[in-house]
Amino acid sequence: MSNIPSELRYVKSHEWTSMEEDGVVTVGVTEHAQSLLGDLVFVELPEVGTIVSAGDESGVVESVKAASDIYAPVSGEIIEVNENLSDSPELINSDPYGDGWIFKIQLSEVCEMDNLLTADEYQELVESEE
Amino acid sequence: MANKTALYQAHLDASAKIVDFHHWLLPIHYGSQVEEHHHVRQDAGIFDVSHMTVVDVLGPAARDYLRYLVCNDVDKLKSRGKALYTCMLDQHGGILDDLLIYFVDEQNYRVVLNAATREKDLAWMNKIANDFSVGLHERQDLSMLAIQGPKARDKVHTFLTPLQLDAVSTLTPFEFIQADDLFVARTGYTGEDGYEIILPTPQIHEFWAAALSAGIQPCGLGARDTLRLEAGLNLYGQDMTEKNTPLDSGLAWTVTWEPKERLFSGRAALALQRSKGVKQKMVGLVLEGKGVLRHGQKVITASGEMGVITSGTFSPTLGVGIGMARVPDDIGQNCFIEIRGKQHAAKVIKLPFVRHGKKMFE
Repeated sequence: MSNIPSELRYVKSHEWTSMEEDGVVTVGVTEHAQSLLGDLVFVELPEVGTIVSAGDESGVVESVKAASDIYAPVSGEIIEVNENLSDSPELINSDPYGDGWIFKIQLSEVCEMDNLLTADEYQELVESEE
Repeated sequence: MANKTALYQAHLDASAKIVDFHHWLLPIHYGSQVEEHHHVRQDAGIFDVSHMTVVDVLGPAARDYLRYLVCNDVDKLKSRGKALYTCMLDQHGGILDDLLIYFVDEQNYRVVLNAATREKDLAWMNKIANDFSVGLHERQDLSMLAIQGPKARDKVHTFLTPLQLDAVSTLTPFEFIQADDLFVARTGYTGEDGYEIILPTPQIHEFWAAALSAGIQPCGLGARDTLRLEAGLNLYGQDMTEKNTPLDSGLAWTVTWEPKERLFSGRAALALQRSKGVKQKMVGLVLEGKGVLRHGQKVITASGEMGVITSGTFSPTLGVGIGMARVPDDIGQNCFIEIRGKQHAAKVIKLPFVRHGKKMFE
């Protein structure tokens, strides 16, 4: 059974998000996604300052066996990326919801957060895919 | 309906993640593909390769049959108990499969084929067999294990019977022996020392359990692929298909041209290709920056010519992106690889990348 923290919001493409009060949204991939990918060996991070729309390709995580795009869950500006992943992509395997975060977006449309899945909804999605 | 090997339940018990590999349900890994890879490079790992097709070629014309069937020459096997790697070609020189042939005696050769090509191979082998006095006997009663790594042989030796131990202890690379029910060959697909063992299926459970008790790590198809890629060993269906010949697949060394009188399937087409000059070759590519190479990525030479990556991965041993590629034969020392629309610099090397745990290029 995958760990799906209830306080986070999710996207069908297996990213998680967490929003701070200042409208900064942290994005990573879920534990379920990292376990499907296996040992991660490379992360292509977006550039800080990039303006993204919800659904845009905003990075790539690669395991030994496959490459997987990371999509922006919401629209806004990329304001920070997790540089530690350049040398230690395995942080996504060991701590997907913590040290394995990938980038932060300054949200442009707060209402977009309502489009994301709750933990229960994401749980259902994961179970339906298994 | 997918096939299961006899060890299917044992794999689940060892926490295997199972995938469908050419209609066989096999472990891709037992937790971490990368750790399994390191185990084989540094210690010992065991792979269930029972999906592979074992065929015994029997009869007075077994040698003549094989001398026609494959491009390497079984006449090179001067004494019993030796193995030969070769390709099997169609009449156009296209590679139908790559295989190992084990010389048991003059009327008995054992052939190990890929699982993915089983039907095609057997149809072809049976067709050719019509012209020879041979019988083909597929051994579905047998299973197969590969135990690989610098400590693989020592660890296997701890649980063999004294008789078996005595039989296998003098094997040199590419030699094999039948020891009781165990057909033990000092061959493999990882670039490390070790054994490939063919045994009656009912006995595989006991052997597997003994291997695990001896501290040999179960390894899945994932590690098998990264190990063989680092070792520069081709994978049929990926690095070569019927559209390729041994001459453009890095396997010219498996074509035995002498004696000239020996006719083998594909010989005329290969000779023609050789006389025109082979314009492509297989090389290893090492990505200069960070990233992972993948099958199908475009290779661009300094002079603007194109090649393609046939197998790519991230090398667990070297910590860089590596790939095998079919490229123009004048590629030089450096090239570019197109990854997601951007060009990345890569170094061209002579294969392999790794052998016996060591980096093999500057």
